[in-house]
Amino acid sequence: MGATTLFEKLWQEHVVLERPGQPSLLYIDLHLVHEVTSPQAFAALRQALRPVRRPDRTFATLDHNVPTTERAAPIADAESARQVEMLRQNCGAFGVKLFDLGSPEQGIVHVIGPELGLTQPGMTVVCGDSHTSTHGALGALGFGIGTSEVEHVLATQCLWQHKPKTLELRLEGVAGAGVTAKDLILGVIGRIQVDGAVGYVIEYRGPAIAALSVEERMTVCNMSIEAGARAGIVAVDEKTVEYLRGRPYAPKNAAFERAAARWLRLRSDEGARFDRSLQFDVATFAPVVTWGTNPAMVAEVTATVPDPAAYAHPAQRRAVERALEYMALAPGTRIEDIRIDRVFIGSCTNSRLEDLKAAAAVVRGRRVAKGVRAMVVPGSQLVKRQAEELGLDRIFSAAGFEWRESGCSMCLGMNPDILASGERCASTSNRNFEGRQGRGGRTHLVSPVMAAAAALAGRFVDVRQWLKPGDWEELRAAPKARPGSVLQ
Amino acid sequence: MRRFEKFSGIVAPLDRANVDTDQIIPKQFLKAVDRRGLAAGLFHDWRFKPDGLEVEGFVLNRPQWRNAAILVSRENFGCGSSREHAVWALEDFGFRAVIAVSFADIFRINCLRNGLLPIVLSPQEVQAIFDAVEIGDGYSLQVDLERQTVADRREWLARFEIDPYDKRRLLEGLDDVALTLSEEQAIAAYERSHPPPYPG
Ligand code: SF4
Repeated sequence: MGATTLFEKLWQEHVVLERPGQPSLLYIDLHLVHEVTSPQAFAALRQALRPVRRPDRTFATLDHNVPTTERAAPIADAESARQVEMLRQNCGAFGVKLFDLGSPEQGIVHVIGPELGLTQPGMTVVCGDSHTSTHGALGALGFGIGTSEVEHVLATQCLWQHKPKTLELRLEGVAGAGVTAKDLILGVIGRIQVDGAVGYVIEYRGPAIAALSVEERMTVCNMSIEAGARAGIVAVDEKTVEYLRGRPYAPKNAAFERAAARWLRLRSDEGARFDRSLQFDVATFAPVVTWGTNPAMVAEVTATVPDPAAYAHPAQRRAVERALEYMALAPGTRIEDIRIDRVFIGSCTNSRLEDLKAAAAVVRGRRVAKGVRAMVVPGSQLVKRQAEELGLDRIFSAAGFEWRESGCSMCLGMNPDILASGERCASTSNRNFEGRQGRGGRTHLVSPVMAAAAALAGRFVDVRQWLKPGDWEELRAAPKARPGSVLQ
Repeated sequence: MRRFEKFSGIVAPLDRANVDTDQIIPKQFLKAVDRRGLAAGLFHDWRFKPDGLEVEGFVLNRPQWRNAAILVSRENFGCGSSREHAVWALEDFGFRAVIAVSFADIFRINCLRNGLLPIVLSPQEVQAIFDAVEIGDGYSLQVDLERQTVADRREWLARFEIDPYDKRRLLEGLDDVALTLSEEQAIAAYERSHPPPYPG
């Protein structure tokens, strides 16, 4: 075989069976499970008297439904409590490891997979959750599946899959100060639209991707699904290896060095052919804010809300009109004039330590604007503890943010963290669909630093104006801040 | 899964692109632990006002479409979350096929796993269906998976593509898991040559 893509390598390595005219049977290395999309799958196993084939490759967490307040209190919502209880019973009965609410490892499924070292380069990773694309940041093939496929993987550790096509997405150039990984991916989705990558696995490449930290790559890969992609992947480099070193489930000592040598070969060969290629210069990207009801409805913070009349296609015009009506925004409104009621810093897109550090750097020494309710929800218990060691909780609390326990929280409002009808929220999550954060709630997707700045100003502001020269470089260059000193 | 058979059904029009699964079934219905009974949540926030009364004019509240079995929509139907509840809710309401210009991948796979047929037609063909639905009350189509056609009672007919393997699974109503378990030898051989990644 000639030059091959990273995707091709990942795929070939996992083919159990290939017959003409059939999808391939792929082996799944890691199956992550949560309380919402698994009950029906376990019930079907029970009914057919089938065991979980590989409990050693199956890990469960509680994240979607759980309150982010005091862990000791029982879950008030009876249906949520039942789903939580059911996952406990299922994990117990089928021998699956569960990171339960009391566990120091509990957290959002896509945060804990990488941080525990469960996700490793070269693996296939699935979960009954569309943002499984996150794990591609480590050079793994991660994709979301429905509950029938969850059942199938539990029973067989395999999946029948048609081979997706490959999309090379090159990000060239150097992003400006204050332009975060979130702005890069929102900028890309705004350019290729929400169905721009349907049927494809995206490989993110180019100098602007190489320059990102592993956590920033997770933010990018996380939102691949918002462009319709099956998965998003990034080649392995030294940063990936260093990220994994010492993680609880990663190999140790000599075994780690052997694994690292193997991992570093996980990249597309020179001259490998993709089915499609796109290229953007990130120097043209800016901090962005979504104004509508899908993640492609995005504008630079210094721009205005679009005018439906400017769209030539009637269907597009109607879609923009409907979105603006739901969002209660007039065409031509300056993004910086949009006032907000709530701020949510969290979700599997932006709840990792670097996200919280960046937001804290903006917040430090300032106060949340009057009338704004703001919360920070760490993605996992581990993130929470690390942030507290750095004193970030005190920075946020002093400014008037609520500092919460880990979970999906207001990303989808299946738990008590929810928008009231008509409330407007600056959110670091990934979906601004109608009602996503609560019926009638209005979601604007932004980066953690933009969300932090919005909390302080009570409206959207260009965070670049809040950064002193050098702040940004320092912020990004210091993966391990010293305790108590976030920015200096 | 039950076998997919030829059927005729009323077509309900949902004239929007990018219908996401958060709209098809909002989050509060994901707390179900059963696959059945989700029809009440289908398009909930579009179908019902906050006080629980029906939104007048929403397609599924109109008398002629309450018994629809085919939904027709535009591009990228079913985008967003992987929630299979979206498919279960459509089926529970009585839908057996969805026609669209394109589908989101996970939604399409979920349809195929449940016997809800996702039919992709060209934008012109989809437009023709919207036009026909506009004119007549109770416009219906016959869906024939064997021949891969949708046709109305007049002259109109469109062909659709489907992967031959997916087609056979639907027509025969095969149990995926049982099928895969019959490949035990191959799976076991793969596992022998790929040791587990996590130290005990
Ligand atoms: S944080 Fe949001 S997007 Fe991520 S897994 Fe939870 S609900 Fe899904």
